[in-house]
Amino acid sequence: MSDNAGDTIKPESSTCEFLTFTLGDEHYGLDIMQVREIRGYEPVTKIANAPPFIKGVLNLRGDVVPIVDLRIKFDVGRAEYNEFTIVIMLHIGDRIVGIVVDAVSDVINFQKQDIKPPPEFGVAFDSQYLFGLAPINNNMIILLNIEKLISSQELGLFDASSAAQETQ
Amino acid sequence: MSIDMSQFHATFFEEGHEHLDEMERVLMAIDLSAPQAEDLDTIFRAAHSIKGGSGIFGFDALTTVTHVMENILEQVRSGSMSLTQPLVDCLLGTSDHLRAILESYRNQSEINWTEIGDITHSLEVWLTAEGPAPQVEQGYGFFEPLQQPGRDDSYGFFDQDESEQAGSDDGFGFFEPLPATAELPEVPVAGAAPTDVAATSSPAQPSNTTETAPAKPVVRPDSSQPAQRSEREASSIRVDIVKVDQLVNMVGELVITQSMLNLIGSEVQGPETERLHAALVELERNTRELQESIMSIRMLPISFVFNRFPRVVRDLSSKLHKRVELVVEGGQTEIDKGLIERLADPLTHLVRNSLDHGIEQPEERLRKGKPECGRLTLRAEQKGGNILISVIDDGAGLNRERILQKAAEKSIELPEHPTDSQVWQLIMAPGFSTAAEVTDVSGRGVGMDVVKRNIEHMGGRIEIESRTGEGAKFQIRLPLTLAILDGMSVAVGEQHFIIPLVNIIESVQPSPEQIKQIKKQEMLELRDAYWPIVPLYQVMQVEGARTAISEAILVLIETSKTRFALMVDDLIGQQQVVIKSLEQHYRRVPGIAGATIMGDGSVALILDAESLAQRVDESLMMKETV
Repeated sequence: MSDNAGDTIKPESSTCEFLTFTLGDEHYGLDIMQVREIRGYEPVTKIANAPPFIKGVLNLRGDVVPIVDLRIKFDVGRAEYNEFTIVIMLHIGDRIVGIVVDAVSDVINFQKQDIKPPPEFGVAFDSQYLFGLAPINNNMIILLNIEKLISSQELGLFDASSAAQETQ
Repeated sequence: MSIDMSQFHATFFEEGHEHLDEMERVLMAIDLSAPQAEDLDTIFRAAHSIKGGSGIFGFDALTTVTHVMENILEQVRSGSMSLTQPLVDCLLGTSDHLRAILESYRNQSEINWTEIGDITHSLEVWLTAEGPAPQVEQGYGFFEPLQQPGRDDSYGFFDQDESEQAGSDDGFGFFEPLPATAELPEVPVAGAAPTDVAATSSPAQPSNTTETAPAKPVVRPDSSQPAQRSEREASSIRVDIVKVDQLVNMVGELVITQSMLNLIGSEVQGPETERLHAALVELERNTRELQESIMSIRMLPISFVFNRFPRVVRDLSSKLHKRVELVVEGGQTEIDKGLIERLADPLTHLVRNSLDHGIEQPEERLRKGKPECGRLTLRAEQKGGNILISVIDDGAGLNRERILQKAAEKSIELPEHPTDSQVWQLIMAPGFSTAAEVTDVSGRGVGMDVVKRNIEHMGGRIEIESRTGEGAKFQIRLPLTLAILDGMSVAVGEQHFIIPLVNIIESVQPSPEQIKQIKKQEMLELRDAYWPIVPLYQVMQVEGARTAISEAILVLIETSKTRFALMVDDLIGQQQVVIKSLEQHYRRVPGIAGATIMGDGSVALILDAESLAQRVDESLMMKETV
């Protein structure tokens, strides 16, 4: 995967809608077009020999879907599961993946010019998985390139071969 | 015609292909020396139906060709022309052309009229060479039957409602061909009508006689027609696969809703509880039956793929001047429709390869002391969670020396003393071909690597066995992606797993004295056999499971490679589960064949006994070295 942190938001649109959510104290946003649905956390079926941030799989109306806890992967906040814990189901290519977050906040329209390039350090995510940063009120929202993150080798969610095919 | 016909085109195309399949099947099976009248009728009917339909839609190219075809068949039927091998070849060739024309119409691409002319001409040669041609020119061959009322009084007129079914309101297709007059002989259409009626009112359709007034042949017997149609539809209907998938998903949701209701129902108190429970039990049973029947819709017997091979083998063997007998076994094995479609290409490749490279020329076979006629076996069987499809020939087998030599030429790296299976795998390397010369059948070296890739895409793998001089066996092993599996549900800690029933020998509750230690590995001694014990909670990293063997239950498992005793907490029960692929949204997990959705909507993992067995050996070795 080549490092092209320079390509930020999709060039064709000057505004972009992001779903914002929190992991611990940090605010994040992801492209709303990739969100399939938002639901409460439900117990999952564990998978042997999977890294701890892969919580397991659950049944999404007949599809067996993996659930990833980004809080564990990036060591932000505390990985607690209570009635407020949220799972965001994402479309990544042909696949469906759920991510566990602490809370979903808002849907925000960002102008392209509002988005600042990502810093090289200081966030839990490698900057290649970021679109950039956007200030809203007094918060800084970290905009994720969730597709790239989820299909990355680092997360190991997909078999290497199939992941490679999907990025082609 | 005022109706927009294009809406019926799709049906016509599909049915056209079906008719051609049918024609091909019969032509392949037909006994040249004594052709059955029924078979001839079938072929005739197929050609005739296509002609009728194409006439309605104005697909003139089809009409032209099928018309001549019909004339030939007509003569064969009446006995004035004998069915010979070259004629069958010619007809088969024509059916291929028809298929191509059908496709061009479907794709709305240009029709190659010169080609049509050639085809028609090659058919017409038969008419002029044999039999009295002038008779045939008398329109459509419809008049023939009257001369021989005893044998074929129905004469394929009835299949007219097949082309009818293709959508037209305007009767019978007999009257439609007129727009295509250019290609058709001048026929007094009106004159044909009474004949038509006479035939229609023959014994096969006695009820029509009263309704069809001879004077008005064009008026269709409306009341009887729909009844007939629905009869036909009852036997099979054509459904878009997307709709079936929707059904599968919907029923999955229904099962979950139903089990939620069950949960709520068990908590309800009050006078109505009894009735509610009875209704819930009913609902549960109905839901399950519904689920089962919907799941079975997607499954098709593999004969859908196999059926095309008699033709492939026949054509190819005559082209290669070889004699080959095709044996098909296990055509009833059911496999998911999606896989069936994707199997066709790789299998065709393998069959062609076996015919071309495997089976020797008859003289050579005789020299080697083999029967002159080679044997190619296509076999399908279900084994464990897999479908095994084998292509077996009794030919020369793979040539180890030549493969190695070729590998050296292509400078493919090899271990020093490669095993047979390592050598065989080489032929699936891209660009690899050992054929001494490139033929148009195979030898270009683009075959096996594509086959391998296709099969791997389906989540399967291909294995090769070969013995020099005795033959080769290519075995495709496919997972049952959407297949239904008989499994035993077991509990370990909080989690449930499914063990495929085929792998289970029995379950025992061990007494302490049955448990022995050999080299730090716990073994179960049962009727003088020792079974290594594999704790499932360890393999699957489940917490909160029972760790004392004497308190647990041991499920004795046998795989093709080994036997072991799987230690679980409890047996829940035997059930049929639908295998869902984990790879669709996640990736392959060692020891796991797939996942399934339980009655309560939760996901249970299906154990893969074969790969668990491998892990057993590994862990045994680990323990020995520690």
